[in-house]
Amino acid sequence: MAVEKLSIVKAINASLRTALENDPKVVIMGEDVGKLGGVFRVTDGLQKDFGEDRVIDTPLAESGIVGTAIGLALRGYRPVVEIQFDGFVFPAYDQIVTQLAKMHARALGKIKLPVVIRIPYGGAIGAVEHHSESPESLFAHVAGLKVVTPSNAADAYWMMQQAIQSDDPVIYFEPKRRYHDRSELDTAAIPGPLHAARTVRSGTDLTLVAYGPMVKTCLEAAAAAEEEGKSLEVLDLRSVSPIDFDAIQASVEKTGRLVVVHEAPVFFGAGAEIAARITERCFYQLEAPVLRVGGYHAPYPPSRLEDEYLPGLDRVLDSVDRALAY
Amino acid sequence: MTVDSTAARKPRRSSKRAGAKKAAGEPELVQLLTPEGDRVEHPDYSIDLSPEELRGLYRDMVLTRRFDGEATTLQRQGELGLWASLLGQEAAQIGSGRATRDDDYVFPTYREHGVAWCRGVDPTNLLGMFRGVNHGGWDPNENNFHLYTIVIGSQALHATGYAMGVAKDGADSAVIAYFGDGASSQGDVAEAFTFAAVYNAPVVFFCQNNQWAISEPTERQTRVPLYQRAQGYGFPGVRVDGNDVLAVLAVTKAALERARSGEGPMLIEAFTYRMGAHTTSDDPTKYRRDEERELWEAKDPILRLRAHLEREGHADEAFFTALEEEADALAKRVRDAVRTMPDPDDMAIFDNIYADGHALVDEERAQFAAYQASFAEESN
Repeated sequence: MAVEKLSIVKAINASLRTALENDPKVVIMGEDVGKLGGVFRVTDGLQKDFGEDRVIDTPLAESGIVGTAIGLALRGYRPVVEIQFDGFVFPAYDQIVTQLAKMHARALGKIKLPVVIRIPYGGAIGAVEHHSESPESLFAHVAGLKVVTPSNAADAYWMMQQAIQSDDPVIYFEPKRRYHDRSELDTAAIPGPLHAARTVRSGTDLTLVAYGPMVKTCLEAAAAAEEEGKSLEVLDLRSVSPIDFDAIQASVEKTGRLVVVHEAPVFFGAGAEIAARITERCFYQLEAPVLRVGGYHAPYPPSRLEDEYLPGLDRVLDSVDRALAY
Repeated sequence: MTVDSTAARKPRRSSKRAGAKKAAGEPELVQLLTPEGDRVEHPDYSIDLSPEELRGLYRDMVLTRRFDGEATTLQRQGELGLWASLLGQEAAQIGSGRATRDDDYVFPTYREHGVAWCRGVDPTNLLGMFRGVNHGGWDPNENNFHLYTIVIGSQALHATGYAMGVAKDGADSAVIAYFGDGASSQGDVAEAFTFAAVYNAPVVFFCQNNQWAISEPTERQTRVPLYQRAQGYGFPGVRVDGNDVLAVLAVTKAALERARSGEGPMLIEAFTYRMGAHTTSDDPTKYRRDEERELWEAKDPILRLRAHLEREGHADEAFFTALEEEADALAKRVRDAVRTMPDPDDMAIFDNIYADGHALVDEERAQFAAYQASFAEESN
């Protein structure tokens, strides 16, 4: 396989397959990841080819999955665990925050915890409660964890490779509403750094920062704005911890305006951190306050209301207009 | 209380077990050495130790108690911020710790000072976290002794996962997870039982039921004897006299051997007593009566082995005197080590957060260093 066009689901599957082939210490764990291939089929066919010992159907207990993955990592394995849906991660939150994130420091660096936790996240799929949330800032807030999220198939493949190779715990958020979006993947390419942002559209009037599912939304917003004569730059953040503030700063120094877009509630969200730091770094270059577009301080609503709750093209453009009006 | 297997008892299915004794309403427990120091036999568990080995166990318990007492004193003197004493649990810890092989792996709580001793962890290494200079800091792989885990029950899952890895590797070693009666209520312990059973992991769950979870008696955790919980998960459970170092050693050896040979997990409930406070911050007079402690003092793990050694002529006065001197020397070494333990460098705040680095940590480290340096400039 050199260059081919494939979906995010297939790209993650291919990346996991590569990791299983390259490193006998890599194991996949989770609910329904084996025979079924995961509820989204991300691990489809892997158990058949690598066996039940390496692609492990686990009991239905998230804390148990992450807790035993920690033990396997201590034994020298590199577990990649799946949490079936965003809203199901909280039974494992204690193990992730209290143990996984802190154990390397507790041991003064003498042990490493190379655990990847895959979490399909975000809304717009018409699901019942707990299946549409965006809890990334709850993990980004915790020292010891790294948080990444791809927006396209190529990143999905390479970022998974890099997450598995990392000696640190990585929370890998998968934009489930974009799972079947197809784009080109060159498996012979040399990927950039895992935590670097990427400019996915150049512009001069305003910077849009997004990640995961909102990158596509922001690209659509930029295309619509262009028709009105506004030139928007779009940055795909890719990593929520650490955040590539240098890339955002470089863009804002050029455009003077910044709007951050994510599905997660804006209150204490990634956008709040970006706004604070960019305001400090670019105080004299900013032509307008940093604005945020995201979810409200409300439980994720029933799916008939999610189009109103989630940032869409119009809400992004509304904030763009507000920023440009300063 | 003496062991009396001939006493008239109503026949029950389990009453055939000689050597097991039973207080009213309590299930039988495995015992090989009575509180009076008499050797008794048990049909399922036996042990045959040389006088030297018996003296070794006695030495372990005496030195551990002395170290523990010294740590309590150091806390009272302000040298340690906190200490969690193991007083009364020496037999449970030495017996189980001495049952492990070098290639076994141990996951302790924060009270397993006796087990650490058996694993060869220097006692002074345990004190850094209680003094506040680190959160543990020893290399778990040096002695196959994991870091102390403070959040209750979390380590049961780490032990189970580690054991799953041992099985994957085809190794013939075992893993032992320590926890207490309070932890038995934690979901992580229940999930560890489930995972261990489902994957037939070579892990021994060693529950020290010391009767108290800070102020809450075991009745606040369970309606059935804790060892019986294992049955529901599909692996054996056994209650052992946790103040009988011989019985604990025999039962733990058997359980570890069972795990090593592929027969899966086992739960051991070591029935013991926390003679001291939960930690140096606790005041047990608020919730339990002195009479209870007095009852358990009669079952002291060290006194019963000493009685046995003396009665059998396995140890003479010179041995006990020399051991006392060794204990004093250990206490002095610990005292000196704690008092001279250096505070970490300020910049250590930013060390070892990530193995592969993190841009924000680098940025904040630089900011903090510049801030610290600004004082030096001012004083110039």
